[in-house]
Amino acid sequence: MISISSSAIDPEALRARLIDPAAGAYCSFEGWVRNRNEGEDVVRLEYEVYEPLAISEGRKLLAEAGVRFPHLHAHCVHRAGLLEIGDCAVWVGVTSPHRDEAFQACRYIIDALKIRLPIWKKEYYVSGDSGWVNCERCSAHAHSVA
Amino acid sequence: MKEITVRYFAMFRENAGLSVETLQSDAVTAADVFKATVSRHGSTEPLGHCKVAINDVMASWDSPISDGDVVLLFPPVAGG
Repeated sequence: MISISSSAIDPEALRARLIDPAAGAYCSFEGWVRNRNEGEDVVRLEYEVYEPLAISEGRKLLAEAGVRFPHLHAHCVHRAGLLEIGDCAVWVGVTSPHRDEAFQACRYIIDALKIRLPIWKKEYYVSGDSGWVNCERCSAHAHSVA
Repeated sequence: MKEITVRYFAMFRENAGLSVETLQSDAVTAADVFKATVSRHGSTEPLGHCKVAINDVMASWDSPISDGDVVLLFPPVAGG
């Protein structure tokens, strides 16, 4: 399941939804808003999300993860709107019978999510400037996970 | 000529100064729509870093454009 949220992410509540007696491993990833990027002091971020396609692409991505990693249960939430330093911007949680698959699936989902979903990040700097993040590293990484 | 609707997001919207426009177009493929947009509104983003959707379905740049299509132009994404 994937969702877009305009309010704070609650990792503990999300984790509780994945509890499953068949799961021997749980792995999660939280992406946090940090205060520095590319040499600039960042004060806040704004995420723009085209929700209809973010949801449909996210569902496809999770289905693909389920094929790669059988017995996987996965859930992810991405924030939209204005976020402050330290806020959780994205959460991915997975369960599987064994830890190897849980680690790998969690990594697979966050990496694919960053390069496939129609989500854009605008940074606001201490200097008063702002700018859209052009995720060159994500573009480069796209070639290695595609 | 076809009548198409083009939607812009993030930096494309800011560059164009609008989020949506309807135009008469002779575009054959989605890439033609992108190129026409670059010449009309200006953009330095290479096509290979961008994505396109047609009628709310992700598409490739060689996808054909039909009369009445809604073409969504996505600048480089940066989720997470």
